[in-house]
Amino acid sequence: MDTGAMGAREEILGRIRAAVKGAPDVEIPRDYRTSVTVADPVGLFAERLDDYRAIVHVVPAADVDAKVAELTEGKRMVVPGERAWTRDELAAADGVVTGCAIAIAETGTIVLDTRQGERAQTLLPDYHLCLVRADQIVGGVPDAVARLDPARPLTWISGPSATSDIELNRVEGVHGPRTLEVIIST
Amino acid sequence: MSGTFLGMPGGFPANAAVAVQDSQLRYNLRKATHTIRGKRVKAVEELPDWMELRAAGKAIKDHTLRHLDRYLLQMEEAVTRAGGTVHWARDAAEANRIVTDLVKATGEREVVKVKSMATQEIGLNEHLAAEGITAYETDLAELIVQLGEDFPSHFLVPAIHRNRSEIREIFLGKMAEWGRPAPPDLTDDPPALADAARLHLRERFLASKVAVSGGNFMIAETGTLVVLESEGNGRMCLTLPETLISVVGIEKLLPTWRDLEVFLQLLPRSSTAERMNPYTSTWTGSAEGQDFHLVLLDNGRTGVLADEVGRQALRCIRCSACLNVCPVYERTGGHAYGSVYPGPIGAILTPLLRGFDTELDASLPYASSLCGACFDACPVAIDIPEVLVDLRAKVPHGRVERAGMKVAGWVLNNEVRLAKAQRLATRFRKLVPKRLPGPLSAWTDTRDLPDIPEESFRDWWERTRRSERSGRPRNEGGRGVSEER
Ligand code: SF4
Repeated sequence: MDTGAMGAREEILGRIRAAVKGAPDVEIPRDYRTSVTVADPVGLFAERLDDYRAIVHVVPAADVDAKVAELTEGKRMVVPGERAWTRDELAAADGVVTGCAIAIAETGTIVLDTRQGERAQTLLPDYHLCLVRADQIVGGVPDAVARLDPARPLTWISGPSATSDIELNRVEGVHGPRTLEVIIST
Repeated sequence: MSGTFLGMPGGFPANAAVAVQDSQLRYNLRKATHTIRGKRVKAVEELPDWMELRAAGKAIKDHTLRHLDRYLLQMEEAVTRAGGTVHWARDAAEANRIVTDLVKATGEREVVKVKSMATQEIGLNEHLAAEGITAYETDLAELIVQLGEDFPSHFLVPAIHRNRSEIREIFLGKMAEWGRPAPPDLTDDPPALADAARLHLRERFLASKVAVSGGNFMIAETGTLVVLESEGNGRMCLTLPETLISVVGIEKLLPTWRDLEVFLQLLPRSSTAERMNPYTSTWTGSAEGQDFHLVLLDNGRTGVLADEVGRQALRCIRCSACLNVCPVYERTGGHAYGSVYPGPIGAILTPLLRGFDTELDASLPYASSLCGACFDACPVAIDIPEVLVDLRAKVPHGRVERAGMKVAGWVLNNEVRLAKAQRLATRFRKLVPKRLPGPLSAWTDTRDLPDIPEESFRDWWERTRRSERSGRPRNEGGRGVSEER
């Protein structure tokens, strides 16, 4: 760091200290739901995903393999961890199949933490098939935040990519996977 | 401050007058703001603890601002520990120089960008261009704005002032200059337009070595950056390039990872009225081997922090809820505010950040009827009317204010005359003065629009008079034109 940069740091910190001098401290009230309990996490999660126009299947654990085989038949799927993939290969693939780190019922959100694959692998293919175990579904956002490790890069996914930039018409799929399909195993 | 908007002539009233005469703009804005407004109420009402989240959000921000020095140092340490590099920028010029040097050090001449108000505020793209570096915007709306060579007009839907046929024209005419051309048979169907953007940008994402982003939040405790988005261009920029440079205002800090549980509920529901936005990325330092640089930007923020009334503006999480409920914004659009920060928050943040040196900035505190709808909508409870009133007292333009009030009083005190004026203005525009002088001319220009409830005018007028008499700002928890309650 050069001295100019050092100067900026000290100057900004000095301005802040002068600006807040004598200002009172503030207590943070946490009267909101710090944990969210939902009666039927699987049902709610599925419903919320459906609201985002993701495709959802609720399948008994024993049938998951068959379901995956059925959904990916004839598709060139990226399976992270299987081998290394070049970006061109990823972009040319038909889809990617992953698990997840955690899922949130109230918001219909899936969180990936790179143990399911590098970020590019779940981004470049046009189709994302995500497997979620029922016991990975928590009630609300606070429950998820508490269980996630910020040291890993996280990707929170709530439905397929979308834009409303053209006259506020929702268009699914701009740059991310245009189709999100989720298998919830119970 | 940025030179981006310096070409904007006149004050807010003059800009507003031009804007309200543009019926396409007005139509788009109305449709947009009303659509989001209705949806937002639903998204907010769905949460039983919205008010508690709002109270927590406000307090977390205030607490952070009170100890901003400490938390910034904590952030710096955590980012550095995680393999990132932290830079400090006193002003726009310093930030631009830091970013330019970082880009040059990579040997690259092109960068991809994910929408960032901080980089717009400092005029980074223009600065990079002057240094021979091309910055490619990758948000669909920003792409439309960049290709169309104009300015964003809304935080979330910056191209809200463009309709689909204009967008088609822009894509057909301009995409080829910037990269992969639009398909010649492109229609104005929104999915077709989105697909053209996908193809146009995909090549660029795969080829780019350097990305520049902003950030919605920074977590001091862990050194984590947080970016919320919808399209996936953010993920592309944050993930694919070898070097990532994030320019983030110092007020974006949150103390702990846990605090995200509040803001990841407040922001998506207030802004796009969704339970959650499609994509949120978080990363800490150098992620997956990327070279990561964080530029902490002051550029006037410490000055705002020193303003006891105005400092609450630094709580802003740029959700744009206040824009969508604002009757003035709905009619004038974002450009009239002459800054990257339009709408009610812009009316306070712009003069707070850069003072009253120009006629435009001095007139901004008047770009409001003080109806209070913005305060009600704000997820971090920024009392925008309170700050506006405080700023009005500070503007060295007392005479302009009095002239404005006089004119407004003449119209508003007489309902018969008002009704007549409205009709006249519609049919015989020439017979009435085109623009009333003074800061309230924006109102007179829009008075022929039928859907401002009269109550809000009277409300406003009463409040203004009361506060003039008592010398105190109105602050009885505004009710206004918002039809949400
Ligand atoms: S002032 Fe409040 S409502 Fe307006 S953009 Fe900022 S956070 Fe949102």
